Amino acid sequence: MDLIAQLEAEQVAALGKTIPDFKAGDTIRVGYKVTEGTRTRVQMYEGVCISRKNGKGIAGSFTVRKISFGEGVERVFPLFSTNIDSITVVRRGKVRRAKLYYLRTRRGKSARIAEVTNYKSLDDAQA
Amino acid sequence: MLRTGVIAKKVGMTRLFMEDGRQVPVTVLQLDNLQVIAQRTADKDGYTAVQLGASNAKVKRVSKAMRGHFATAQVEPKRKVAEFRVAPENLIPVGAEIAANHYFDGQFVDVSGISIGKGFAGAMKRHNFGGLRASHGVSVSHRSHGSTGQCQDPGRVFKGKKMAGHLGAVRVTTQNLQVVRTDVERGVIMVKGAVPGSKGGWVTVKDAVKKPTAESTVYPAALKSAATAAVADAVEGGENNEG
Repeated sequence: MDLIAQLEAEQVAALGKTIPDFKAGDTIRVGYKVTEGTRTRVQMYEGVCISRKNGKGIAGSFTVRKISFGEGVERVFPLFSTNIDSITVVRRGKVRRAKLYYLRTRRGKSARIAEVTNYKSLDDAQA
Repeated sequence: MLRTGVIAKKVGMTRLFMEDGRQVPVTVLQLDNLQVIAQRTADKDGYTAVQLGASNAKVKRVSKAMRGHFATAQVEPKRKVAEFRVAPENLIPVGAEIAANHYFDGQFVDVSGISIGKGFAGAMKRHNFGGLRASHGVSVSHRSHGSTGQCQDPGRVFKGKKMAGHLGAVRVTTQNLQVVRTDVERGVIMVKGAVPGSKGGWVTVKDAVKKPTAESTVYPAALKSAATAAVADAVEGGENNEG
């Protein structure tokens, strides 16, 4: 293992975060720490994960899209950000693409994603 | 007071997540068997400096002349050698090994390296020229530099006119980079932001010239351990006896 990979692995271990298994198409709820003056609170942001980038490592990030007051909003979160309080999977979506950028041009009915009812994570399948 | 810098290898870039939610992009620099090879003194050379060598090299890959030079210093042959001007009181004994805690967290440093070569580059890439228009009768020369001067008077192009040519592969210094973290065991220095050169390239790190000297700076240098330093002293003493 080269030095960079080693340092990154150490940092991932030191941050001690458990990232749930999710991928593009899943609806997720992200608890994001917001600092207002001196007080910090956790703000919930729920939407469809439309992309995951740069793997599971320290550089990984994901994009969450939601429709807020009729306007599409997208936020990119670093996977290991210390500002993220929690990530929970609300719904598993059935999609055939890794990046769901086509949702940006869709509204309403055509922007729906079918739910996977018999979801099996890769880790469970191996076990 | 001028103290020595270090020779480091650029390992690559990564990011650090801080407790307060900040994300810091860092370049990882590594010190690899960084030892003092020679001293330059005012009596002998007219100036004071230390010559450092980094990373042990195979003996067969070192020229005969350099082998002799390393032998007199009684250090292993090194792959990279560089000299750093220091104040006379900051000279370091030959053989001493410099550790990563030479710099403290938060300190500002200047990092020099050989930038990545870009070959023959046009004026747009090399000097950030704007190029010509996309339409309005411009043909073929959208990325050209345009006019290079006046008319019959002066009737020539001034020297130093910015034009297309070789870009990169020159020594570049990035000033005022902040040290974020150091690791003595692995000899790692993490510096915020980018550093000139490619991965695996050699860079030199010095205290920032444009920032005031901090009180926590270690003089003359942070050496690997007191024990190592003592050995180095003995080695130097022995060498003097021989001479």
